Amino acid sequence: MIYDEEFETLPREALEALQLKRLQHLVERVYVTVPFYKKAFDEKGVKPDNIKTLEDIHKLPFTTKEDLRDNYPFGMFATPMENVVRIHASSGTTGKPTVVGYTRRDIDTWAELMARTLAAAGTHKGDIVHNAYGYGLFTGGLGFHYGVERLGASVVPVSGGNTKRQVMLMKDFGATVLTCTPSYALRLGEVAREEGIDFRNLKFRVGVFGAEPWTENMRKEIEEELGLDAVDIYGLSEVMGPGVAIECAEAKHGLHIFEDHFIPEIIDPETGDPLPYGEPGELVFTTLTKEAVPLIRYRTRDLSVLYREPCRCGRTLVRMGRITGRSDDMLIIRGVNVFPTQIESVLMARKDVSPYYQLIVDRKEHMDTLEVEVEISEEIFSDAVKDLQNMERNIEKDIKDMLGVSCKVRLVEPRSIQRSEGKARRVIDKRKL
Amino acid sequence: MRVEQISIFLENKAGRLAEVTRVIGEAGVNIRALSLADTSDFGILRLIVSDNDKAKAALKKHGFTVGKTNVVAVEVEDRPGGLNRVLEVLSRQNINVEYMYAFVQHTGKNAVIIFRFDDTDAAISLLKENGIKVLEGKTVYTL
Repeated sequence: MIYDEEFETLPREALEALQLKRLQHLVERVYVTVPFYKKAFDEKGVKPDNIKTLEDIHKLPFTTKEDLRDNYPFGMFATPMENVVRIHASSGTTGKPTVVGYTRRDIDTWAELMARTLAAAGTHKGDIVHNAYGYGLFTGGLGFHYGVERLGASVVPVSGGNTKRQVMLMKDFGATVLTCTPSYALRLGEVAREEGIDFRNLKFRVGVFGAEPWTENMRKEIEEELGLDAVDIYGLSEVMGPGVAIECAEAKHGLHIFEDHFIPEIIDPETGDPLPYGEPGELVFTTLTKEAVPLIRYRTRDLSVLYREPCRCGRTLVRMGRITGRSDDMLIIRGVNVFPTQIESVLMARKDVSPYYQLIVDRKEHMDTLEVEVEISEEIFSDAVKDLQNMERNIEKDIKDMLGVSCKVRLVEPRSIQRSEGKARRVIDKRKL
Repeated sequence: MRVEQISIFLENKAGRLAEVTRVIGEAGVNIRALSLADTSDFGILRLIVSDNDKAKAALKKHGFTVGKTNVVAVEVEDRPGGLNRVLEVLSRQNINVEYMYAFVQHTGKNAVIIFRFDDTDAAISLLKENGIKVLEGKTVYTL
């Protein structure tokens, strides 16, 4: 079903005219309200009135996660703080998170776009949505929550964790739509089975899964095990949160990007050059309507592809392919973004451990696991087992406190972790995605 | 009255223990007593050897993490109740045993127990007050 018939099926000429108008307005606004952009535009020798066509977007500078960090916490805000009604944050590349703010209108737009995504996935008024995305600084939980309410369906704000209880609630409430990460969906199926409940006999019809990369094989597995239609959703907090793009239930082939609010580009991650439709590269977004933190050409580091072939659902919007990887070393562990450099800063801050570490990521029983190997040194070595085990637990706690992700720390012998020869191999990802 | 013990960090992987004994053997050092504490991830090998410095240097040269600890060696009669007598003395005074291991001397009738205490000095004086024989380091290294 199409929630906003007018904007989701705009003829391309009308859509592009709207995009250009919004883009021109945006560059004028950020140039005067965000010092970072004034400087970046000036350095590139581009003025707001140089943007005459949509192609002129290539003249504009990129924005990176590092830029957001350098302007932590509110330096990228284009509006006075008194207009900001909500703040979310996601993992930064080091100790500090990436902060985003929303005006009342931003929250309204977000709810509207989330209502579009839920409708595209096959949700409607009368549905009961079991929302197991995390609530909090992470945009997943609240993003879905507002979208379900906007659509007029019922939302169960169950958030993450306590899986057994979740199974009980989804059964007792007769939930019809499941929203969570794809790996957690499989975990729910497993726990239901342990509880003697066949998930396929529950009332679920639709699942909207995202916040981590997944595959067609996982879709098949989820649809078979859980007995529902599984669709992929895309978003990132910097650009808005969930609801930037969605697969339609009709085709389940590529995610429609809401181009009336975002301009997508694919670039070569090495050179930054724009790539034509159909060529894989790094996804870049310009936000057209955001008030609090508008971003010009934000480099997502997600690798994907864009294609313009019309879809049988009737939407005229461009589609992006599934995310196939990252152009940096960010990991997504149980939906939490993790940069190896964040772990490094936790270890460095402790002073008692060596900075040599390696991350081993795996997926066991459908859940991601993170193991951190840390080299032991003579300074911290003790002949008592409990001392070393305490040290492991303490590091685990530091990482959990800082990154919000549980892990297992394992002390290893010195020099057993490969030293950097060129690019250090800090991460071994055993997940088969 | 303290005895020096060396300890070595070992990852749980095949061949690491043999590597330690090979290095010590090649250095011409004799192992008097040993114990291995292990968890699912790692092990700590504790050794009393004939020459601590030599063993430590050789192991470090081969990249092992080596620590030194003071332990207490107690001679216990090799008969029923021998060890219990020692432990009762310690427990009455709330002296905590971090870990312990034992070996039997091949010459005499007595067993030697190696103790690691939180408070080594308090333990030594308590044991001696109670007439328990605490061995000198040099006696243990050359047993």
